[in-house]
Amino acid sequence: MINLKSANVNYGDKIILQNINLHINAGETLALVGHSGAGKSSLLKLLYENQKLDSALIPQEYALVQNLSVFHNVFMGQLGKNSVWYNLINLIKPLSEPVSKVKDKLQQLQLEEKLFEPVAKLSGGQQQRTAIARALFHDGKLLLADEPISSLDETQSQQVMLLLCQQFETIVFSLHDVDLALKFCDRIIGLDHGEIVIDAPAKDLTRAELLKLYD
Amino acid sequence: MTKTAITFKHSRRWNLSWLFVGIAIFCLLFADLRINTYDPMAEFSRMLSGLFNLSLVTVSDPIDAFLQTVAFAILGVALGCISGFFLALLFRFKLLRILCALLRSVHELFWALIFLQIFGLHPITGLLALAIPYAATFAKVFAEIIEEGDHRAYNAIRNHTDFVSAFFYAQLPDLWNHFITYTSYRLECGLRSSAVLGFVGLPTLGYYLNSAFLEGQYSEVWALLILFYILIASIRYWVRPKLLPVYLVAAPLIIYNDNIITFENVGRFFTHDIIPSPLRHNESMASLWHWFSELFFNEALPGIFNTLVLSQLALVLTGVVALLWFPLISKLFFRGFGRASGNSFLVIMRSTPEYILAFILLLLWGPSMLPAVIALTLHNAAIIAHLMGRYSNNLKLRLDASHGLRLYLFEIVPRIYGQFLAFLFYRWEIIIRETAILGILGIATLGFYIDSAIADIRFDKAMVLIAITALLNVAVDILARYIRNQLRLKTTVECA
Repeated sequence: MINLKSANVNYGDKIILQNINLHINAGETLALVGHSGAGKSSLLKLLYENQKLDSALIPQEYALVQNLSVFHNVFMGQLGKNSVWYNLINLIKPLSEPVSKVKDKLQQLQLEEKLFEPVAKLSGGQQQRTAIARALFHDGKLLLADEPISSLDETQSQQVMLLLCQQFETIVFSLHDVDLALKFCDRIIGLDHGEIVIDAPAKDLTRAELLKLYD
Repeated sequence: MTKTAITFKHSRRWNLSWLFVGIAIFCLLFADLRINTYDPMAEFSRMLSGLFNLSLVTVSDPIDAFLQTVAFAILGVALGCISGFFLALLFRFKLLRILCALLRSVHELFWALIFLQIFGLHPITGLLALAIPYAATFAKVFAEIIEEGDHRAYNAIRNHTDFVSAFFYAQLPDLWNHFITYTSYRLECGLRSSAVLGFVGLPTLGYYLNSAFLEGQYSEVWALLILFYILIASIRYWVRPKLLPVYLVAAPLIIYNDNIITFENVGRFFTHDIIPSPLRHNESMASLWHWFSELFFNEALPGIFNTLVLSQLALVLTGVVALLWFPLISKLFFRGFGRASGNSFLVIMRSTPEYILAFILLLLWGPSMLPAVIALTLHNAAIIAHLMGRYSNNLKLRLDASHGLRLYLFEIVPRIYGQFLAFLFYRWEIIIRETAILGILGIATLGFYIDSAIADIRFDKAMVLIAITALLNVAVDILARYIRNQLRLKTTVECA
């Protein structure tokens, strides 16, 4: 599905990623783990740029439009599937069909009462759930999610991980929480200083092995 | 171990400031700052007595004067805003940026003088004179707003959808307020510009002011000016989103007149009037060169010299006065009544166009650089002082901060000086443009030579001089931007 061979990424003379060899098959659920600055987000970005599919994305910084409502921000997940006119009409006056579809997604995330609230008025966790709802609404075969649960409590995190794993066939997560990685993913990629140091099925790895990455 | 000497060094901002003060002092040697009138105080007391004796009796149609001023301003700014918006979307093209810089560098009064020759007193003259430079300015500022906005949402969906949907969903909503704020600020500028266009013959406020001034009817002058201040100060009450469509429909009906555009005039302008006269008379290249060098050395060069001298003096004086004035509206120095009256003083100073201030001072002091320098200083210093005062209100001071002069010198000025320089250098290009324009009033800057050439019906010369003025503006703009970048000064768009 995605294939990277000896890929390198530099910013100026700083090496961000080096010698990345990664082949991702359809149907896999991957977790990128490693400490901050190890290169997880950069690798996720590289993967996004190296696929031609219409993949759903949850960026770390959410990338929401602050002055638009939750509905509009979620609806943006499907802009590409509609005509310009349909998009512009919904921007001015949301139509009932997309509203009910978006509402369904928000219900799964306990966010439906914020439907027409501007994003700027939401808490950090609510904004993150809006970004997740957008990815769910976007749909598609592949999801790339950068720390999608960083602002959520433990119960919500479990729910969201389950929801995402149910909807998307192939997923690449970037995760801090090694327990969630081991629980929900079937393959773990450990990164350290821009290099892949672990690439193994989750069932073959232990919590202790992964925690070494954070030392 | 080598011993390093620890010495006190001044900042680059300090050095740069004194360099500009030094240049201004040097310019004083060449500046004609005499008072030429026989008895300025007598004229001044006549002016003042008009203030206590307001009247509109001799003004033929004061209501129409204001309707025309507002209608031209609203239509011109609307046209400039809409075209500027579309130009801003294409601003990545260098050629377009250069074109906008050139269009912007020609003052609306010069545009009006050009279009008067082409279209006569047809309303399109005033409309284009406002819309063209405003469109170019809107394009630049809107492009800056878009560039400085948050691009993450846009980038996240750009690959999935068409440009229009992506722009309207992911960019416009979060930039909308910036666009509105800037557009309403420009509407205020548009009202001033529209009023001033009357001085060259359009039927706006300036036309009536001009005749009242020249007839010495100061009661009428003051009455018109005070009404104009009220008009500007009350903008937020009468410019309402719901009323705008009404205004946009009514405005064309108000500015309509029965002048018609003759294609003969238009054609003659492009194929005859602006062709350099040696070419028009099929003379040799040598005589064309002679024509140009005579124009350049006898008119352009002295014009450029005077424009630079005058604007340099005005720039430095503007800076000094702005630093003295900003505490007037700062919560850190004045409260209650003091601050309110300081605010109204600054509002009046910045609502009065430089052109009108210069006109008044010229009547008092006669033709020299003095009225122009003071007029430019009063107007621009009021704008910068207003922006700095507002900026200083957001400063967070420690509980044990000192008071009065010590607070001003040690806590406030050092903190806002960078912002102050940024505002001042942003206004530099505008001061140059205005300096050139004030030539129309008889001060020997570039505008004086342009106005004389037009009065002598020598449009070929006028066009060359206007082009030279535009290039001078562009050069100063580039220099100002270079200095701002060197000192890492950032401005908000509001002082454009």
